[in-house]
Amino acid sequence: MMLSAVELTKSFGSTQALSGASMSIAAGEIVAVMGPSGSGKSTLLHCLAGIIRPDAGQVLYRDQELSAMSDGQRSALRRGEFGFVFQFGQLVPELTCLENVALPLRLDGHRRKDAQRRAAEWLDRLEITDVAGKRPGEVSGGQGQRVAVARALVTGARVVFADEPTGALDSLNGERVMRLFTDAARTSGAAVVLVTHEARVAAYADREIVVRDGKALDLARHA
Amino acid sequence: MSIGQAFLGLLESQPRHGYDLKRAYDERFGSDRPLAYGQVYSTLSRLLKHGLVTVDGVEPGEGPDRKRYAITPAGVADVEQWLQQPEKPEPYLQNTLYTKVVLALLTGRPAAELLDTQRAEHLRLMRELTRRKTGGDLADQLICDHALFHLEADLRWLELTAARLTELAGKVRG
Ligand SMILES: Nc1ncnc2c1ncn2[C@@H]1O[C@H](COP(=O)(O)OP(=O)(O)O)[C@@H](O)[C@H]1O
Ligand SMILES: [Mg+2]
Repeated sequence: MMLSAVELTKSFGSTQALSGASMSIAAGEIVAVMGPSGSGKSTLLHCLAGIIRPDAGQVLYRDQELSAMSDGQRSALRRGEFGFVFQFGQLVPELTCLENVALPLRLDGHRRKDAQRRAAEWLDRLEITDVAGKRPGEVSGGQGQRVAVARALVTGARVVFADEPTGALDSLNGERVMRLFTDAARTSGAAVVLVTHEARVAAYADREIVVRDGKALDLARHA
Repeated sequence: MSIGQAFLGLLESQPRHGYDLKRAYDERFGSDRPLAYGQVYSTLSRLLKHGLVTVDGVEPGEGPDRKRYAITPAGVADVEQWLQQPEKPEPYLQNTLYTKVVLALLTGRPAAELLDTQRAEHLRLMRELTRRKTGGDLADQLICDHALFHLEADLRWLELTAARLTELAGKVRG
Protein backbone atom coordinates (compact mmCIF):
# COMPACT_ATOMS: atom_id res chain seq x y z
CA MET A 1 0.00 0.00 0.00
CA MET A 2 1.28 3.44 -0.89
CA LEU A 3 -0.39 5.39 1.90
CA SER A 4 -1.77 4.01 5.17
CA ALA A 5 -3.20 5.29 8.40
CA VAL A 6 -2.81 2.92 11.33
CA GLU A 7 -4.95 3.32 14.45
CA LEU A 8 -5.09 7.10 14.37
CA THR A 9 -6.52 9.00 17.30
CA LYS A 10 -6.99 12.74 17.41
CA SER A 11 -8.82 14.99 19.86
CA PHE A 12 -9.66 18.66 19.72
CA GLY A 13 -10.12 19.65 23.35
CA SER A 14 -12.76 17.29 24.69
CA THR A 15 -13.95 16.26 21.19
CA GLN A 16 -12.50 13.00 19.99
CA ALA A 17 -12.44 13.36 16.20
CA LEU A 18 -10.60 10.08 15.49
CA SER A 19 -10.63 7.05 17.75
CA GLY A 20 -8.54 4.34 16.14
CA ALA A 21 -9.05 5.01 12.42
CA SER A 22 -7.17 2.83 9.95
CA MET A 23 -7.25 2.78 6.18
CA SER A 24 -4.90 2.36 3.27
CA ILE A 25 -4.78 3.25 -0.39
CA ALA A 26 -2.77 1.71 -3.21
CA ALA A 27 -0.96 3.63 -5.94
CA GLY A 28 -3.43 4.93 -8.51
CA GLU A 29 -6.45 3.89 -6.49
CA ILE A 30 -9.46 6.17 -5.96
CA VAL A 31 -11.01 5.68 -2.54
CA ALA A 32 -14.13 7.46 -1.30
CA VAL A 33 -14.22 8.31 2.40
CA MET A 34 -17.86 8.57 3.41
CA GLY A 35 -19.75 9.12 6.62
CA PRO A 36 -22.07 11.52 8.39
CA SER A 37 -21.07 15.10 9.07
CA GLY A 38 -18.77 15.39 12.10
CA SER A 39 -17.70 11.73 11.91
CA GLY A 40 -14.04 12.65 11.40
CA LYS A 41 -13.58 12.48 7.60
CA SER A 42 -11.74 15.79 7.22
CA THR A 43 -9.58 15.08 10.25
CA LEU A 44 -8.60 11.72 8.75
CA LEU A 45 -7.74 13.42 5.44
CA HIS A 46 -5.68 16.10 7.18
CA CYS A 47 -3.72 13.45 9.10
CA LEU A 48 -3.12 11.39 5.94
CA ALA A 49 -1.83 14.47 4.14
CA GLY A 50 0.47 15.46 7.00
CA ILE A 51 -1.42 18.73 7.56
CA ILE A 52 -2.16 17.84 11.17
CA ARG A 53 -0.38 15.41 13.45
CA PRO A 54 -2.43 12.62 15.09
CA ASP A 55 -2.23 12.22 18.89
CA ALA A 56 -1.41 8.54 18.40
CA GLY A 57 -1.05 6.09 15.54
CA GLN A 58 0.98 6.26 12.37
CA VAL A 59 0.70 7.58 8.84
CA LEU A 60 2.94 5.76 6.38
CA TYR A 61 3.69 7.08 2.91
CA ARG A 62 5.86 4.70 0.86
CA ASP A 63 7.04 3.06 4.12
CA GLN A 64 8.06 6.39 5.63
CA GLU A 65 6.39 7.56 8.79
CA LEU A 66 5.10 11.11 8.39
CA SER A 67 5.43 12.03 12.06
CA ALA A 68 9.09 10.98 12.04
CA MET A 69 9.86 13.53 9.32
CA SER A 70 10.98 17.09 9.94
CA ASP A 71 8.54 19.89 9.14
CA GLY A 72 10.68 20.73 6.13
CA GLN A 73 10.57 17.16 4.79
CA ARG A 74 6.83 17.02 5.32
CA SER A 75 6.13 20.21 3.47
CA ALA A 76 8.43 19.14 0.65
CA LEU A 77 6.37 15.95 0.42
CA ARG A 78 3.13 17.93 0.34
CA ARG A 79 4.46 20.18 -2.43
CA GLY A 80 6.07 17.46 -4.50
CA GLU A 81 3.87 14.38 -4.17
CA PHE A 82 0.50 15.55 -2.91
CA GLY A 83 -2.22 17.68 -4.47
CA PHE A 84 -5.28 19.22 -2.83
CA VAL A 85 -8.81 20.06 -3.90
CA PHE A 86 -11.13 21.62 -1.35
CA GLN A 87 -14.82 22.42 -1.37
CA PHE A 88 -14.23 26.01 -2.43
CA GLY A 89 -11.35 26.00 -4.94
CA GLN A 90 -9.13 28.19 -2.76
CA LEU A 91 -7.59 29.74 -5.83
CA VAL A 92 -5.54 32.91 -5.59
CA PRO A 93 -8.05 35.63 -6.56
CA GLU A 94 -5.46 38.05 -8.00
CA LEU A 95 -4.04 35.52 -10.48
CA THR A 96 -5.66 34.29 -13.69
CA CYS A 97 -6.83 30.68 -13.82
CA LEU A 98 -3.83 29.77 -15.96
CA GLU A 99 -1.46 31.42 -13.47
CA ASN A 100 -3.19 29.58 -10.62
CA VAL A 101 -2.53 26.23 -12.27
CA ALA A 102 1.05 27.25 -13.10
CA LEU A 103 1.71 28.45 -9.53
CA PRO A 104 2.84 25.13 -7.96
CA LEU A 105 5.31 24.68 -10.81
CA ARG A 106 6.62 28.23 -10.37
CA LEU A 107 7.07 27.58 -6.63
CA ASP A 108 9.03 24.48 -7.59
CA GLY A 109 11.41 26.64 -9.62
CA HIS A 110 10.11 25.99 -13.14
CA ARG A 111 10.53 28.79 -15.66
CA ARG A 112 7.46 30.89 -16.29
CA LYS A 113 7.01 29.89 -19.93
CA ASP A 114 7.43 26.19 -19.24
CA ALA A 115 5.05 26.34 -16.24
CA GLN A 116 2.38 28.13 -18.29
CA ARG A 117 2.67 25.70 -21.17
CA ARG A 118 2.11 22.74 -18.85
CA ALA A 119 -0.71 24.55 -17.06
CA ALA A 120 -2.40 25.18 -20.41
CA GLU A 121 -2.27 21.44 -21.21
CA TRP A 122 -4.09 20.71 -17.96
CA LEU A 123 -6.76 23.32 -18.62
CA ASP A 124 -7.29 21.60 -21.96
CA ARG A 125 -7.61 18.15 -20.34
CA LEU A 126 -10.24 19.54 -17.99
CA GLU A 127 -12.06 21.20 -20.91
CA ILE A 128 -11.66 24.76 -19.62
CA THR A 129 -9.19 26.39 -22.03
CA ASP A 130 -11.61 29.32 -22.27
CA VAL A 131 -11.07 30.38 -18.64
CA ALA A 132 -7.28 30.62 -18.93
CA GLY A 133 -7.18 34.43 -18.88
CA LYS A 134 -10.01 34.93 -16.39
CA ARG A 135 -9.68 35.47 -12.66
CA PRO A 136 -11.34 32.99 -10.26
CA GLY A 137 -14.04 35.55 -9.43
CA GLU A 138 -15.12 35.56 -13.08
CA VAL A 139 -15.71 31.83 -13.55
CA SER A 140 -18.50 29.49 -12.41
CA GLY A 141 -18.19 27.21 -9.38
CA GLY A 142 -17.77 24.14 -11.56
CA GLN A 143 -15.08 25.79 -13.69
CA GLY A 144 -13.28 26.94 -10.53
CA GLN A 145 -13.21 23.37 -9.20
CA ARG A 146 -11.82 22.12 -12.50
CA VAL A 147 -9.06 24.75 -12.21
CA ALA A 148 -8.38 23.43 -8.69
CA VAL A 149 -8.17 19.86 -10.03
CA ALA A 150 -5.72 21.00 -12.73
CA ARG A 151 -3.62 22.75 -10.09
CA ALA A 152 -3.59 19.60 -7.94
CA LEU A 153 -2.42 17.36 -10.78
CA VAL A 154 -0.06 19.67 -12.70
CA THR A 155 2.99 18.76 -10.58
CA GLY A 156 2.51 15.04 -11.23
CA ALA A 157 1.15 14.50 -7.70
CA ARG A 158 0.97 10.84 -6.63
CA VAL A 159 -1.92 11.42 -4.23
CA VAL A 160 -4.69 13.98 -4.52
CA PHE A 161 -6.64 14.78 -1.36
CA ALA A 162 -10.11 16.05 -2.18
CA ASP A 163 -12.43 17.20 0.61
CA GLU A 164 -16.04 17.52 -0.63
CA PRO A 165 -14.85 18.76 -4.05
CA THR A 166 -18.42 18.98 -5.37
CA GLY A 167 -20.00 20.11 -2.11
CA ALA A 168 -20.81 23.58 -3.43
CA LEU A 169 -21.97 22.49 -6.91
CA ASP A 170 -25.34 21.44 -8.36
CA SER A 171 -25.67 17.81 -9.49
CA LEU A 172 -24.94 18.41 -13.17
CA ASN A 173 -21.76 20.41 -12.53
CA GLY A 174 -20.77 18.10 -9.71
CA GLU A 175 -21.01 15.12 -12.06
CA ARG A 176 -18.97 16.87 -14.73
CA VAL A 177 -16.23 17.75 -12.23
CA MET A 178 -16.16 14.16 -10.94
CA ARG A 179 -15.96 12.66 -14.43
CA LEU A 180 -13.10 14.95 -15.51
CA PHE A 181 -11.34 14.68 -12.14
CA THR A 182 -11.38 10.86 -11.99
CA ASP A 183 -10.48 10.54 -15.70
CA ALA A 184 -7.53 12.89 -15.25
CA ALA A 185 -6.35 11.15 -12.06
CA ARG A 186 -6.59 7.72 -13.73
CA THR A 187 -4.71 8.93 -16.80
CA SER A 188 -1.89 10.34 -14.72
CA GLY A 189 -1.88 7.42 -12.29
CA ALA A 190 -2.55 9.55 -9.21
CA ALA A 191 -4.32 8.02 -6.22
CA VAL A 192 -7.26 10.01 -4.84
CA VAL A 193 -8.60 10.23 -1.31
CA LEU A 194 -12.09 11.54 -1.98
CA VAL A 195 -14.00 12.74 1.08
CA THR A 196 -17.71 13.03 0.36
CA HIS A 197 -21.02 12.40 2.05
CA GLU A 198 -22.78 11.95 -1.30
CA ALA A 199 -23.18 8.41 -2.62
CA ARG A 200 -23.39 9.51 -6.26
CA VAL A 201 -20.02 11.23 -5.91
CA ALA A 202 -18.52 8.25 -4.07
CA ALA A 203 -19.66 6.03 -6.95
CA TYR A 204 -16.85 7.51 -9.10
CA ALA A 205 -14.29 5.86 -6.79
CA ASP A 206 -12.96 2.30 -6.92
CA ARG A 207 -14.13 1.52 -3.40
CA GLU A 208 -15.39 3.21 -0.27
CA ILE A 209 -14.50 3.51 3.37
CA VAL A 210 -17.09 4.63 5.89
CA VAL A 211 -16.08 6.75 8.88
CA ARG A 212 -18.33 6.43 11.88
CA ASP A 213 -17.60 7.96 15.28
CA GLY A 214 -13.96 8.47 14.39
CA LYS A 215 -13.44 4.89 13.20
CA ALA A 216 -12.91 3.90 9.57
CA LEU A 217 -14.75 0.84 8.29
CA ASP A 218 -13.89 -0.92 5.08
CA LEU A 219 -17.34 -2.37 4.40
CA ALA A 220 -16.58 -4.14 1.17
CA ARG A 221 -13.82 -6.03 2.96
CA HIS A 222 -15.84 -7.32 5.90
CA ALA A 223 -18.99 -7.92 3.81
CA MET B 1 -41.12 -9.67 0.00
CA SER B 2 -41.55 -13.19 1.30
CA ILE B 3 -44.34 -13.79 3.79
CA GLY B 4 -42.83 -17.18 4.59
CA GLN B 5 -39.59 -15.66 5.83
CA ALA B 6 -41.42 -13.01 7.82
CA PHE B 7 -43.46 -15.79 9.50
CA LEU B 8 -40.29 -17.70 10.32
CA GLY B 9 -38.74 -14.60 11.88
CA LEU B 10 -41.87 -14.00 13.95
CA LEU B 11 -41.95 -17.64 15.02
CA GLU B 12 -38.31 -17.56 15.97
CA SER B 13 -39.05 -14.88 18.53
CA GLN B 14 -41.82 -17.12 20.00
CA PRO B 15 -44.16 -19.98 18.99
CA ARG B 16 -47.58 -18.74 17.90
CA HIS B 17 -51.00 -19.85 16.72
CA GLY B 18 -51.98 -19.03 13.14
CA TYR B 19 -54.26 -16.14 14.09
CA ASP B 20 -51.62 -14.74 16.41
CA LEU B 21 -49.08 -14.92 13.59
CA LYS B 22 -51.43 -13.12 11.21
CA ARG B 23 -52.09 -10.39 13.75
CA ALA B 24 -48.37 -9.92 14.46
CA TYR B 25 -47.65 -9.76 10.73
CA ASP B 26 -50.45 -7.30 9.99
CA GLU B 27 -49.44 -5.06 12.87
CA ARG B 28 -45.81 -4.88 11.91
CA PHE B 29 -45.67 -5.29 8.17
CA GLY B 30 -49.20 -5.38 6.75
CA SER B 31 -49.80 -1.61 6.71
CA ASP B 32 -52.84 -1.23 4.47
CA ARG B 33 -53.13 -4.80 3.25
CA PRO B 34 -53.87 -7.37 5.97
CA LEU B 35 -53.19 -11.00 5.10
CA ALA B 36 -56.07 -13.24 4.12
CA TYR B 37 -56.54 -16.30 6.33
CA GLY B 38 -56.15 -18.52 3.28
CA GLN B 39 -52.73 -17.01 2.66
CA VAL B 40 -51.74 -17.55 6.29
CA TYR B 41 -52.61 -21.25 6.27
CA SER B 42 -51.21 -21.99 2.84
CA THR B 43 -47.94 -20.35 3.86
CA LEU B 44 -47.86 -22.34 7.12
CA SER B 45 -48.53 -25.64 5.37
CA ARG B 46 -45.73 -24.92 2.90
CA LEU B 47 -43.36 -24.19 5.80
CA LEU B 48 -44.50 -27.41 7.52
CA LYS B 49 -43.92 -29.43 4.37
CA HIS B 50 -40.37 -28.12 4.07
CA GLY B 51 -39.66 -28.86 7.73
CA LEU B 52 -39.07 -25.19 8.58
CA VAL B 53 -41.81 -25.14 11.24
CA THR B 54 -43.40 -27.78 13.39
CA VAL B 55 -46.64 -28.05 15.34
CA ASP B 56 -45.65 -27.82 18.97
CA GLY B 57 -49.07 -28.04 20.58
CA VAL B 58 -52.66 -28.79 19.64
CA GLU B 59 -55.52 -27.55 21.75
CA PRO B 60 -58.74 -29.55 21.98
CA GLY B 61 -61.67 -28.28 19.96
CA GLU B 62 -62.58 -27.38 16.40
CA GLY B 63 -61.11 -25.16 13.70
CA PRO B 64 -57.70 -24.53 12.15
CA ASP B 65 -56.46 -22.34 14.99
CA ARG B 66 -56.04 -25.14 17.48
CA LYS B 67 -52.44 -25.64 16.34
CA ARG B 68 -49.52 -23.78 17.75
CA TYR B 69 -46.47 -23.47 15.45
CA ALA B 70 -42.80 -23.35 16.38
CA ILE B 71 -39.73 -22.82 14.23
CA THR B 72 -37.34 -25.76 13.61
CA PRO B 73 -33.52 -25.55 13.44
CA ALA B 74 -33.84 -25.69 9.63
CA GLY B 75 -36.24 -22.74 9.85
CA VAL B 76 -33.78 -20.76 11.96
CA ALA B 77 -31.06 -21.50 9.41
CA ASP B 78 -33.39 -20.27 6.66
CA VAL B 79 -34.06 -16.97 8.45
CA GLU B 80 -30.38 -16.61 9.18
CA GLN B 81 -29.49 -17.06 5.53
CA TRP B 82 -32.17 -14.68 4.31
CA LEU B 83 -31.07 -11.94 6.69
CA GLN B 84 -27.40 -12.33 5.81
CA GLN B 85 -27.92 -12.27 2.07
CA PRO B 86 -28.08 -8.73 0.69
CA GLU B 87 -31.05 -8.01 -1.55
CA LYS B 88 -30.35 -7.34 -5.19
CA PRO B 89 -30.51 -3.55 -5.31
CA GLU B 90 -33.67 -2.51 -7.12
CA PRO B 91 -36.28 0.19 -6.72
CA TYR B 92 -38.90 -0.02 -3.99
CA LEU B 93 -36.87 -2.26 -1.72
CA GLN B 94 -37.79 -0.34 1.42
CA ASN B 95 -40.51 -2.76 2.45
CA THR B 96 -38.20 -5.76 2.40
CA LEU B 97 -35.33 -3.90 4.00
CA TYR B 98 -37.56 -2.58 6.76
CA THR B 99 -38.85 -6.08 7.45
CA LYS B 100 -35.33 -7.45 7.60
CA VAL B 101 -34.21 -4.79 10.06
CA VAL B 102 -37.20 -5.30 12.34
CA LEU B 103 -36.79 -9.08 12.33
CA ALA B 104 -33.05 -8.84 12.95
CA LEU B 105 -33.75 -6.67 16.01
CA LEU B 106 -36.55 -8.92 17.15
CA THR B 107 -34.38 -12.00 16.98
CA GLY B 108 -31.33 -10.36 18.55
CA ARG B 109 -29.19 -10.40 15.41
CA PRO B 110 -26.75 -7.61 14.44
CA ALA B 111 -29.02 -5.24 12.50
CA ALA B 112 -26.21 -2.72 11.98
CA GLU B 113 -24.22 -5.30 10.05
CA LEU B 114 -27.20 -6.10 7.87
CA LEU B 115 -27.50 -2.39 7.01
CA ASP B 116 -23.76 -2.11 6.31
CA THR B 117 -23.80 -5.17 4.06
CA GLN B 118 -26.71 -3.74 2.12
CA ARG B 119 -25.01 -0.36 1.89
CA ALA B 120 -21.88 -1.95 0.38
CA GLU B 121 -24.04 -3.83 -2.14
CA HIS B 122 -25.85 -0.63 -3.15
CA LEU B 123 -22.60 1.26 -3.64
CA ARG B 124 -21.18 -1.59 -5.68
CA LEU B 125 -24.08 -1.30 -8.10
CA MET B 126 -23.81 2.51 -8.09
CA ARG B 127 -20.16 2.26 -9.14
CA GLU B 128 -21.09 -0.12 -11.93
CA LEU B 129 -23.82 2.23 -13.19
CA THR B 130 -21.44 5.20 -12.96
CA ARG B 131 -18.88 3.36 -15.10
CA ARG B 132 -21.55 2.52 -17.65
CA LYS B 133 -22.76 6.10 -17.60
CA THR B 134 -19.36 7.71 -18.16
CA GLY B 135 -18.70 5.42 -21.10
CA GLY B 136 -22.15 5.79 -22.64
CA ASP B 137 -24.21 8.16 -24.75
CA LEU B 138 -26.84 10.53 -23.41
CA ALA B 139 -29.56 7.87 -23.35
CA ASP B 140 -27.32 5.58 -21.27
CA GLN B 141 -26.54 8.48 -18.99
CA LEU B 142 -30.18 9.29 -18.36
CA ILE B 143 -31.17 5.68 -17.77
CA CYS B 144 -28.25 5.13 -15.41
CA ASP B 145 -28.98 8.41 -13.60
CA HIS B 146 -32.55 7.33 -12.97
CA ALA B 147 -31.34 4.16 -11.29
CA LEU B 148 -28.60 6.03 -9.46
CA PHE B 149 -31.04 8.51 -7.89
CA HIS B 150 -33.24 5.65 -6.65
CA LEU B 151 -30.26 3.82 -5.19
CA GLU B 152 -29.10 7.03 -3.55
CA ALA B 153 -32.51 7.41 -1.94
CA ASP B 154 -32.29 3.85 -0.60
CA LEU B 155 -28.84 4.58 0.75
CA ARG B 156 -30.03 7.65 2.59
CA TRP B 157 -32.75 5.55 4.13
CA LEU B 158 -30.16 2.93 5.17
CA GLU B 159 -28.06 5.66 6.81
CA LEU B 160 -30.98 7.21 8.60
CA THR B 161 -32.13 3.81 9.84
CA ALA B 162 -28.61 2.97 11.03
CA ALA B 163 -28.60 6.21 13.00
CA ARG B 164 -31.95 5.32 14.59
CA LEU B 165 -31.33 1.64 15.31
CA THR B 166 -31.26 2.02 19.08
CA GLU B 167 -34.57 3.85 19.05
CA LEU B 168 -36.10 1.28 16.71
CA ALA B 169 -34.78 -1.61 18.82
CA GLY B 170 -36.55 -0.12 21.84
CA LYS B 171 -39.83 0.09 19.91
CA VAL B 172 -39.59 -3.38 18.38
CA ARG B 173 -38.68 -5.16 21.60
CA GLY B 174 -40.78 -2.97 23.84
N1 LIG C 1 -9.89 22.39 14.50
C1 LIG C 1 -10.87 21.85 15.24
N2 LIG C 1 -11.13 22.33 16.47
C2 LIG C 1 -12.11 21.79 17.24
N3 LIG C 1 -12.90 20.75 16.87
C3 LIG C 1 -12.68 20.23 15.65
C4 LIG C 1 -11.67 20.74 14.77
N4 LIG C 1 -11.70 20.01 13.62
C5 LIG C 1 -12.70 19.10 13.78
N5 LIG C 1 -13.27 19.22 14.99
C6 LIG C 1 -14.36 18.35 15.51
O1 LIG C 1 -14.00 17.01 15.32
C7 LIG C 1 -15.11 16.24 14.86
C8 LIG C 1 -14.81 15.66 13.48
O2 LIG C 1 -14.71 16.73 12.56
P1 LIG C 1 -14.41 16.53 11.02
O3 LIG C 1 -13.20 15.69 10.86
O4 LIG C 1 -14.36 17.89 10.41
O5 LIG C 1 -15.69 15.73 10.52
P2 LIG C 1 -16.33 15.58 9.05
O6 LIG C 1 -15.33 16.08 8.07
O7 LIG C 1 -16.65 14.14 8.92
O8 LIG C 1 -17.58 16.41 9.05
C9 LIG C 1 -16.28 17.18 14.87
O9 LIG C 1 -16.96 17.03 16.10
C10 LIG C 1 -15.65 18.54 14.77
O10 LIG C 1 -16.47 19.52 15.37
MG1 LIG D 1 -15.42 17.65 6.64
